Amino acid sequence: MANIQEKIAKLFPEASFEEADTLTITIPDAKWHDLAKTLRDDAELAFDYLVTIVGMDWKDSLGCIYYLDSTKHNTHIAVKVIATGDRETPYIHSISDLYAIGCIYEREVYDFFGIIFIGNPDMRRLFLSIDWKGFPLRKDYDMDPNINPVPLESERQSDFTQMYVEDADGKIVKEEKRVFVENDFVVNIGPQHPATHGVLRFRTAVDGETIKKIDVYMGYIHRGVEKICEMDTYFQTLHFMDRLDYFSAHPYHHCLCMCIEKAANIEVPRRAQVIRVIMDELSRIASHCLFIGTFCMDLGATTMLFYTLRVREQILDIMDKTCGARMTFNYETIGGVIADLDPDFVKDVKALLEVLPKNIKEYNKLFTGNVITRNRMEGVGVLSREDAISWAITGPSGRGSGWACDIRKTAPYAVYDEVEFDEVVRTEGDSMARFKVRMDEMEQSARIIAQLIDKIPEGDIQAKVPKVLRLPEGRWYQTVEGCRGAFGIYIESDGGTSPYRLKIAPPCLPLAAVVDHLTEGSKIADLITIGGSLDYIVPDMDR
Amino acid sequence: MQDFSELTAFIHSLLMQFLPHWAAVTVECVIIAVCLLLAYSLLALFYIWFERKVCAAFQCRLGPNRVGPWGLLQSVADMFKILIKELISLKYTDKFLFALAPYLVILASMLGFAVLPWGNGLQIIDFNIGIFFLIACSSIGVLGILLAGWSSNNKFTLIGALRSGAQMVSYELSVGLSILTMVAFAGSMSIGDIVNAQANGWFIFTGHVPAVIAFVIYLIAGTAETNRGPFDLPEAESELTAGYHTEYSGIHFGFFYLAEYLNLFIVAGVAALMFFGGWMPFHINGWDGFNHVMDYIPSVVWFIGKAIALSFIIIWFKWTFPRLRIDQLLALEWKYLLPINLVNLVLMVCCIVYGWHF
Amino acid sequence: MEVTTKSMPYDAWKDNEYIEKLVKELQDSGTNVIIGSLDHLINWGRSNSIWPLTFATSCCGIEFVSLGAARFDMARFGWEVARASPRQADFIMVAGTIVHRMAPVLRRLYDQLAEPKYVIACGGCAISGGPFRKSYHVAMGIEDIIPVDVFVPGCPPRPEAMIYGIMQLSRKIKVEKFFGGVNRQEKQEEFLKSHPIEGIDDAK
Repeated sequence: MANIQEKIAKLFPEASFEEADTLTITIPDAKWHDLAKTLRDDAELAFDYLVTIVGMDWKDSLGCIYYLDSTKHNTHIAVKVIATGDRETPYIHSISDLYAIGCIYEREVYDFFGIIFIGNPDMRRLFLSIDWKGFPLRKDYDMDPNINPVPLESERQSDFTQMYVEDADGKIVKEEKRVFVENDFVVNIGPQHPATHGVLRFRTAVDGETIKKIDVYMGYIHRGVEKICEMDTYFQTLHFMDRLDYFSAHPYHHCLCMCIEKAANIEVPRRAQVIRVIMDELSRIASHCLFIGTFCMDLGATTMLFYTLRVREQILDIMDKTCGARMTFNYETIGGVIADLDPDFVKDVKALLEVLPKNIKEYNKLFTGNVITRNRMEGVGVLSREDAISWAITGPSGRGSGWACDIRKTAPYAVYDEVEFDEVVRTEGDSMARFKVRMDEMEQSARIIAQLIDKIPEGDIQAKVPKVLRLPEGRWYQTVEGCRGAFGIYIESDGGTSPYRLKIAPPCLPLAAVVDHLTEGSKIADLITIGGSLDYIVPDMDR
Repeated sequence: MQDFSELTAFIHSLLMQFLPHWAAVTVECVIIAVCLLLAYSLLALFYIWFERKVCAAFQCRLGPNRVGPWGLLQSVADMFKILIKELISLKYTDKFLFALAPYLVILASMLGFAVLPWGNGLQIIDFNIGIFFLIACSSIGVLGILLAGWSSNNKFTLIGALRSGAQMVSYELSVGLSILTMVAFAGSMSIGDIVNAQANGWFIFTGHVPAVIAFVIYLIAGTAETNRGPFDLPEAESELTAGYHTEYSGIHFGFFYLAEYLNLFIVAGVAALMFFGGWMPFHINGWDGFNHVMDYIPSVVWFIGKAIALSFIIIWFKWTFPRLRIDQLLALEWKYLLPINLVNLVLMVCCIVYGWHF
Repeated sequence: MEVTTKSMPYDAWKDNEYIEKLVKELQDSGTNVIIGSLDHLINWGRSNSIWPLTFATSCCGIEFVSLGAARFDMARFGWEVARASPRQADFIMVAGTIVHRMAPVLRRLYDQLAEPKYVIACGGCAISGGPFRKSYHVAMGIEDIIPVDVFVPGCPPRPEAMIYGIMQLSRKIKVEKFFGGVNRQEKQEEFLKSHPIEGIDDAK
């Protein structure tokens, strides 16, 4: 850390440093693009992975906090940039030319805070409609439902997008350009479509069966979780995590709990830690099961769905007995877990571990080896390792491209450093690789559970936590390995009982953003394969 | 073996007693039409129920079991509902063609249905080019699908129709060629002759290797002809919502729905006819007692039983395999099935010429 | 008249008063014997064949998938024919949150459904906004967007609850009238009049 600081201080004397949860560099906007270029390209720094962009409203100023990771050195930094210009038109320079995922992240910040990114080629709103008044995550946003009533008429569509550029005099000018080429045959896939895994919409320009370009529309299930969290106490924010990615509710819960525990300095009892890890891995198996099922259904093999749901039902039963719900558990809480394990828990999990390998074998027999399956999946939607990092494709999809990005290995949390498991990495980068990574990960998850299930220590399930929890002033960032990739929580506190800003960095947003890149030149049927193999969950990306 | 021609001849002579010839023929035609329509709808309903039950069995489920005994009335309830469901008229569509399309599809399958040999003497008309007529009829169906896709003024249906056009035109070739192989073997295009030629052994047994190859190709191509999985691209649910019939509602959709199942029956029926002896009972040379017992089973049961058994295989395909992509689908036909088929035809001719068959 | 469906005993239902009210309404209006029995036949067909639209926005949709799987197997009741095209479906199960951007889409899907069409609001979000009631981008229940026939509470409702909900819908269909005034349809037309969309002549 120290040498990073030294190095940057030498190159950029304007930068100031702050040793917080992560080393934070504050830099004026004018130098930001140069700094980003140095951070990415310098061999010693090599911050090639843009984790997230947190838009911020500090009441007197607007700005962004960029979280960057180096995949080479496994180091993390944060960069704070304050927007120039007034509150009406704040500007920051775009880094979408350096990081491919930057484009969509910046659109998100623009949508929520109205910060305009100079040089971003696609400065449209992301989640909200064109005619939405105001920027909802600003602190002075008026929530009056009369300003933005529920519309019944179809949303206004525009074929144009804006780009803001600096001209020779340093003045910012707006340019309009078409999203598609004129007279393209554009097919609307979604929002109500069986294969978009929820309410996502692809505007697909096709030439016969070949895809030319895809414009991803999100926000059909944007529920404004981040804003609601700012109005709630820390305990109340927890249950929203269940409803983001409802397949991996446990890891998401785990993440928010860990972030708050880190901030409040709460030591979690070991029993709770172990239970949390077991629950995480059980959700991972259930989630991957459903992935395999729905993916096969997208490809036309409906029967597989029913075979995989069988295992999932078994896991849901285990969860049901302990957590009291089938899907939205609200089980992990700050300082531990909310209830002790069911007496049958160990027995049930062992029964599951016994049938799981048989089932995986059955899936492989029925589906993986099939010649049609292989033709449909092999070589379809190839994502190289560099692209995966640039597009921030984490989780099984990233590991299918050869990027070892498992947070359980790179930054172990809870008791992951005590268990033995292999990180499944494949180098092909196609849909088949992404599929097989998930298949193998189920086995690894079972391995983790098998190591822990007999060694759940006795003791408390919850640490002592004050009834009214206040976090000290500061900011924290925590990631966990969700079922679909790295899930991050950013909390900024002003010392109150509710977070000043709670940012959710979902793994699925990059997954949807990369679809256009992957599908170019392939067939419509490949879009379904690629979308299915990426396995995004729409409420997670929309929040 | 009971011969239904005695029954039909009896009815004919009965009518002739008190009616002039033209009136008798008209009455007979009406009776036949009613019987056919009845059989058509009943079979379709049975098939819908059958597929739902079979698919449930594959998926470890129960399938319909609450409406009527074993859920048998489920598809009847569905039909009632579909009959009185609203027919939505769309703006900016070609109304005439839009309405015409489902009728074309159902007409094609009815025509094909009509020439099937139901039993001994139970055939409406025995053309000398019967099997050719059958193939010709079944190709009208694609017209209906193309019209449906185009006239709906919807991009999904258009893509579905284009896919369907490419698929049908390609697989028609394979169906035709594999049937041609068997026609060469039977030496006749008349359906009656083909069935009678199998009295001493079904073609699949007597026809040697080429017959088996032709059967496999026919089954694949036939599945593709009926737009069923894994070749259900024109209505690929996960890609094109409901494909070419996305915009159809009510009974118009019902027609597509029925035609799909009836086409399945027709494809299976033709397979039964060409390879499994039509309504001919299963005989083993020399086992007279066994053959006698087999003869007691009515010929209608034999035919429908064979057709259902074969359609079970096609349903099995659908619920096992993932769907092909359009380019793979066409590659399968033009790169593999067609050349194999041509070679197979030559092989069959050799078999016949040199007498290599049983 | 005891209205029940799918060979469920009448006493097993929880809210018989509501159905009894509907039955009374139906009987009060009086009907011809022939038309009445025809009605009976049609309602038997309709109530036994309700096909859902494949429509899911969030968590509840996954429970709806579970509903189709071997354990709960809605195919037993004939509901498994999920149509992807709204033209061919009978009811729309609004499973999940409906947000501002989705609202026009949902309304359009509803308009695209062929008569007779029904709506089940499934889960807290669809009923009232659920846990996201405070949000700036969530519709406070779908009753402002489309008329609802059955509410199924829960977050998400368990599949058993969904089965119960759809059975209730099936029961409601049984006390409909095909000829003459349809109790449900009147309510629906009233709704469409009070929530018009410009450019589409909904109110007829």
